[in-house]
Order: sequence, then C-alpha cells, then structure tokens
Amino acid sequence: MNAKPITKFTTVIPVWEPRVTPVKLNEATQEQLEAMKATPSDTGVGAYVLVLAHDPKTLQERTPLFNGIMYSHGGLSRSETELGAVAASMVNRCIYCAAVHASRYNQLTKDETVIEGLFDAGEDTELDPRQQAIFNFATKLSRCPSEAGYADMKQLIDVGLGMDEILDVILTASLFGWANRLMHVLGDPIASE
Amino acid sequence: MEDIFNSILLKSAGISGDHPLAPVLSGRNEIMRLTQTSMGAVLQPEPPGGLCHSERAALACRIARLNDEELMASYYEAMIPENSEFKAVANPAFVELHDQRLRAILRYTDLVTVDPKRATESDISALKAAGILEADIVRLSELIAFLAYQIRVVQGLRLMSDAARRDA
Repeated sequence: MNAKPITKFTTVIPVWEPRVTPVKLNEATQEQLEAMKATPSDTGVGAYVLVLAHDPKTLQERTPLFNGIMYSHGGLSRSETELGAVAASMVNRCIYCAAVHASRYNQLTKDETVIEGLFDAGEDTELDPRQQAIFNFATKLSRCPSEAGYADMKQLIDVGLGMDEILDVILTASLFGWANRLMHVLGDPIASE
Repeated sequence: MEDIFNSILLKSAGISGDHPLAPVLSGRNEIMRLTQTSMGAVLQPEPPGGLCHSERAALACRIARLNDEELMASYYEAMIPENSEFKAVANPAFVELHDQRLRAILRYTDLVTVDPKRATESDISALKAAGILEADIVRLSELIAFLAYQIRVVQGLRLMSDAARRDA
C-alpha cells in the first residue's frame, strides 16, 4: 500500500492517517472516554478523535464549540458556513478539512461549480458578490497575521450580510484556524481505496 | 457568573455589555462561553502534563505577537510569573540554542502559528526526537491551534465593531 499523502484539493474525503499514536480505546481513562463521548466497546471512534483524546480537557470543550459554530440555528446559512470553512482550509492547505467541507457545500447547494472553480483557480475564481465577500473575508482573516481590514468588512455589509451573519463568518473562519492546525499537522490525508 | 462580556475575548475586542453589537454576541452566548472554557483547558489545565502553566502563558504571548496582536499578548504576558524561566519565550525574536526540548517546541510553535500549510511529518518527528511525549505534542498543538482561533475572533470582532460605529 504505502500510499502517499494527497497534496491536491479534492471533494473525495480521504482517510486520515495520524502522525501521533491514537489513544487505545480499551486503555482510555474515564476522563478520555467522557471527552470522546465513547464507551470502551465503541467501534466507531475515528483516529482523529482518538488522537485528540490525549488532551481530554480541551477535547471536552472543543467538540460542543465546533458543533455550536457549524450547526447552530440562525445567522449564516449552512452552505455559507461551509464556504467559510473551505476558505480557511485552502489558506492552510488542509486537504482533509477542505474535502469534508467542500463536499458538504456541494451537497447543500447541489451546485459543484463553485468548489470546482475554487479548487482550480483558487482565490482568483469569480463568485457571486455575496459568496465572494464571504470567501474573501474568511481567506484574509485566515492568514497570519490576519490581512482582513475595514474594506473586507465593508464588502460583507455592502452585499447585505447582517451583523449576526458576519459574526458567524468570523467564527467559522477562525474555528478552521484551529481545526486545520490539528488535522493538517497531526496527520496525513491518504486516498481512500 | 458567566458574563461573556468579562471574557478576555470580548474585552480584547472592545465589546462591552452596552456596545451596539452586544445583542449580536449574546445571540452566540454559548459559543462565547465555550471559547472561555476552552481557553482554561489549553492555558491552565490541571494536571498540566509536560507543559506547565507558565510555559503555556509564555507561548500564548509569543503566538499573539506573531499575529501582531499586542493587546492579547499583554493579557498573556501578565499570566507569566515574574521569576519564570520561560519569560524570554514571550518574545518571538528569542531563539533557544541549548535546550533541545525548548528549541523544538519554539520551532514547532512558530511554524504552526505562521505557516501551518508547511507542516509535515518531519515536524512531528522532530518533537518526538527532542523527547516530547505524544500526549504533550497534542497538548501543544491544541494550545497553538486554539490561539489561532481566539486571536482571529478578536480581530474579526474589532473590524465588526469599527464598522458598526462608522455606521451609527
């Protein structure tokens, strides 16, 4: 097998191969099991969660925070939230996160052209003004140091986003500053058979 | 007790309970609360594992400075005890030459903060070779990654606040 890590963006979700030994479920402490919301006989706990279980205190807080930002009601639409996640994941070149959230975007919108354009032409792709504003802001905020400025914020307001939606753009792009730094750094994306 | 407007996050962003954007932030109250509890988990966990609280605070300060985020850096700097051996770490220009463990930690922190796309398998191997336990590699990564999140939320909120003020 000896599969090489994938280096090009794709909407086919890869297998995540950890660079750090995952916690073994049958050796996990009570605190680790609680943080993973798992029982010792669970078979469905993925390698990523088992790696993060090395730091159960953070995992315990991070999981509801992640779900809160990605799946809360109100504010930014689900598909636009996914677009923000894709933007951050492209800046950080997290192939795995980009694949998961690009494919969700495609499922939600039933339109594959936006992601195709982004993966082919990157930030130079032409999007509709609202998508462009969201993608642009999330991209600039994801750089280090952030390059987002007043003009980028103004662009979000001018295309009609409400303050509650703008808050969600900020939260999503920032959240993937976190997620990408775990997923891309602690493991490799390998093509699934 | 859980007043989100007392958090480092919203204080750094300059958004208090009487700010025009306060109702918008209150609409995401649970996320603001979890951001604060996550900060406790990465900065002051008990037990701390192989990264003591003062080392974590110094790394947080360094990371804030790498993001040109001096206000948050000052919060983290205040968390470093006066006599801490890690005081110098808070300055991004500081390079450790002798201690292999600290040198590996600083190299990894700087890379994953500034240019995470360049991180490869060899960067994790380098930490292992410096004697850092796998659990501590995950703890360190969570600290770095959380700060990337928290700093961006603050910087984004400042832009939002600025826009709301100019609009008013």
